[in-house]
Amino acid sequence: MAHQSALIAEDIHAYLKSQEEKGLLRLITCGSVDDGKSTLIGRLLWDSKMVFEDQLESLTADSKRIGTQGEKIDYALLLDGLEAEREQGITIDVAYRFFSTDKRKFIVADTPGHEQYTRNMVTGASTAQVAIILIDARKGVLTQTRRHSYLASLVGIRHVVLAINKMDLVDYSEHRFKEIYNEYKTFAQDLGFTEIRPIPISALEGDNVLELSPRTPWHQGPTLMKYLEQVQVTEATDQRPFRLRVQWVNRPDLDFRGFCGTIASGTIRPGDPVMVSGSGQTSRIQRIVTMDGDLPEAVAGQAITLTLEDEIDISRGDTLSDPGNHPFRASRLEARLVWLHEEALLPGRSYLLKAGPSTTTAQISSLRHKVNVNTLQLKPAQTLAHNEIGVCLLRLDKTIAFDSYQENRATGSFILIDRVTNATVGAGMIDTAVEQRENNQWHRISLDRSVRAGRLGQAPKALWFTGHPASEKSTLAELVEKKLHSLGRVTTLLDENQLRQGLNHDLGFTAADQAEHVRRIAETTKLFVDSGLIVLATVTSPFRSERQLAREIIGSEEFIEVHVNTPIAVCEERNNSGLYRRTRTEESRNIAESDCLYEPPIAAEITVDGSSQDLKQLTEEIVNHLLGDPATLEWTI
Amino acid sequence: MSKKLTHLQQLEAESIHIIREVTAEFSNPVMLYSIGKDSAVMLHLARKAFYPAKPPFPLLHVDTTWKFREMIEFRNRMVKECGFDLLVHTNEDGVRQGIGPFSHGSALHTDVMKTEALKQALDKYKFDAAFGGARRDEEKSRAKERIFSFRSENHRWDPKKQRPELWDIYNTRVRPGESIRIFPLSNWTELDIWQYITLEQIPIVPLYYAKMRPVVNRDDMLIMVDDERMEIRPDETVEYKSVRFRTLGCYPLTGAVESTADTLPVIIQEMLLTRTSERQGRAIDHDSAGSMEKKKQEGYF
Repeated sequence: MAHQSALIAEDIHAYLKSQEEKGLLRLITCGSVDDGKSTLIGRLLWDSKMVFEDQLESLTADSKRIGTQGEKIDYALLLDGLEAEREQGITIDVAYRFFSTDKRKFIVADTPGHEQYTRNMVTGASTAQVAIILIDARKGVLTQTRRHSYLASLVGIRHVVLAINKMDLVDYSEHRFKEIYNEYKTFAQDLGFTEIRPIPISALEGDNVLELSPRTPWHQGPTLMKYLEQVQVTEATDQRPFRLRVQWVNRPDLDFRGFCGTIASGTIRPGDPVMVSGSGQTSRIQRIVTMDGDLPEAVAGQAITLTLEDEIDISRGDTLSDPGNHPFRASRLEARLVWLHEEALLPGRSYLLKAGPSTTTAQISSLRHKVNVNTLQLKPAQTLAHNEIGVCLLRLDKTIAFDSYQENRATGSFILIDRVTNATVGAGMIDTAVEQRENNQWHRISLDRSVRAGRLGQAPKALWFTGHPASEKSTLAELVEKKLHSLGRVTTLLDENQLRQGLNHDLGFTAADQAEHVRRIAETTKLFVDSGLIVLATVTSPFRSERQLAREIIGSEEFIEVHVNTPIAVCEERNNSGLYRRTRTEESRNIAESDCLYEPPIAAEITVDGSSQDLKQLTEEIVNHLLGDPATLEWTI
Repeated sequence: MSKKLTHLQQLEAESIHIIREVTAEFSNPVMLYSIGKDSAVMLHLARKAFYPAKPPFPLLHVDTTWKFREMIEFRNRMVKECGFDLLVHTNEDGVRQGIGPFSHGSALHTDVMKTEALKQALDKYKFDAAFGGARRDEEKSRAKERIFSFRSENHRWDPKKQRPELWDIYNTRVRPGESIRIFPLSNWTELDIWQYITLEQIPIVPLYYAKMRPVVNRDDMLIMVDDERMEIRPDETVEYKSVRFRTLGCYPLTGAVESTADTLPVIIQEMLLTRTSERQGRAIDHDSAGSMEKKKQEGYF
């Protein structure tokens, strides 16, 4: 028995005392009905006395009526809570189960295994510390095993129990057990689990669930329950930098001003310095207030109220953090996104983004790719359908403070809400900020754009020359590049007509191809900018939306729109002069044939008069703008 | 050195987080107060969440007029001691029609005097959020309900259209007329509740402790004779037995258990050594298969 019945009966006070230090473990079980998942959970509940006699009575009756185990008790029926599900024999949502032993209380997220329920599994796994991945010993590692493992890894679960079930049906074969384990290990090596613990079990017969089975003498242990009682999952959140997101400002009277919230990570004591994410102001912790009295120390997971030594402006949504190691602040993020709704993601649409206590509007500005959850292959994508997972760039309407999800689940996660229906449509895990210089901690993440540019001693920039065909974009770009080169800058030139011979030779002039043409140039520009270069791209890009997309892909910090504003009559004249014959036949087609429009920029960083004969003067203007930029000067000094 | 929080500390922190989040995000929240042990814990957590301030929302008690007298006494005492704002609502239509559990049966009584009354009160005060003390371990359909449980304009729960709930981020968006019921004790079990009450010395209604009380054995339940409205049938006798209640509701619908447990540790001891779930003492769950699920869809807490 999981509980010490003897002690309960003999000395309840001693028993209760022993229970006060009990821990809590949240886990998720992954597998389908066929794998015996419900049977396993039903047994854990039963064996830890969480099933009562009246429930057993209806269970016995139900087992005979709709059970699948003949005269035996069908433990699975304990779990299928909703009537519709019981009739259909499938579990269609996340259910939470509880059982406890003398060591720990367990919260089990019980989720269905079918592919269409990815969203439920992600939901259940989002709070879990351990995943039990069930495998039918007869079938071995299946597609769904891979899917479940990937999803567990995606949401940051680091401890996996590989519960190889139905060992009774393979004669408790050690060989089969090892075969499955080895196959799984090979597959899972890139998923970032810190521990994979294989256990041979029979949920139906109870082998190695609570008691070591005599039928698997080759398995030295632990049993499943023992493992769950002992696994150390403290991801040392209390050792990490301090983070507390202010949920509520408590002001009962003029003398008290407390900041309420749950510590996301770290440890705090009175006297410790803290910084407010938004304003950058700092102060020190005065008191840690609770109804049980002030605390000398509080750690990750505790819901507390802090008072500070100084009166500084703090409101709901602000993050209090360790001044020596504070969160990123950005309004452009790259994140992994799980789509939770039947209505597909619409890039460009505005959603509400809720991260902790902060809510802001956000748009998905582009999707890098989506992940096939069965093969783990990446595919380019324009949208995400229900249950799909992708990597996307988000543009927020205000700056938020966050950590990468990998470092901090609490401050690296968000949900997306549809503004019209209020449905929760997406779940996001932040990877990085896309903005950089704003944040001096960016270096911590990786060798990036600014680091590489630092080596070159310059600020990377993208000069995006747009304008009518024959507006002299290329001529001007060449002159600017020569000038920059002579000033010691590292540059490159991307001319759209040359690119049509190579990278984009497969593209024609339909509207779709035109859009792709611009996108590829933008992505290519981005690669060069990431390498620290100053890029000069000449791209007709007639539509504002295309240029906006380019700005988002490359980054608004680096993107400089240069509008070569040449009256159309001048362009025509140049075309007709014969000097620009090439232009007429090719470049003019860079405006889609069907739609001979050019939408001039509304607020280009630089606008030059392309009808001017003094190209040298125009070149100076552009170079001055570029090097006159304060950010650039920093780098040139 | 890493300090580990116990399971009760973690549950407490989760509940406080939820209570604060609701208060910050909704314009007009209310806490349903049923006077039972779960309500007592919820109230205690609300006090902790906002200490030294008072919780910035009122309590609402839906009074069916059939509650145990000791419950009402306890309610009035608690409200006075803690300085809470208490709203009491009774379905006056039901009272005029003389609806009660003895005359109309448990199903109709519950429907009119609890479910309907609750909807009336929520509409009357235009609450957009209501805390309830339900736990997921109580009943199978509760196990699948979200902590933030969305209700339509008609207060209906649609189990197939629940919002996914990830991490500790809660979607609190509602349109006018819609509301959300919030269950801060979702992840607590009956044992957790009792352990917490013991540890925190939370006052509870004396009916939870065993005492000699007048009871009648009716339909295999021990019903306490709490007032003169209970008619004793010819084949029944009122006996004095040492009984206590594991759950509290309307006295004609709440079965007592024979027990001598008159302290918290002994109550917990009994609970751990018994194998009968607490809702068994409630008539509502037995009416028909899946009865709780149906009642919840209709707006029952």
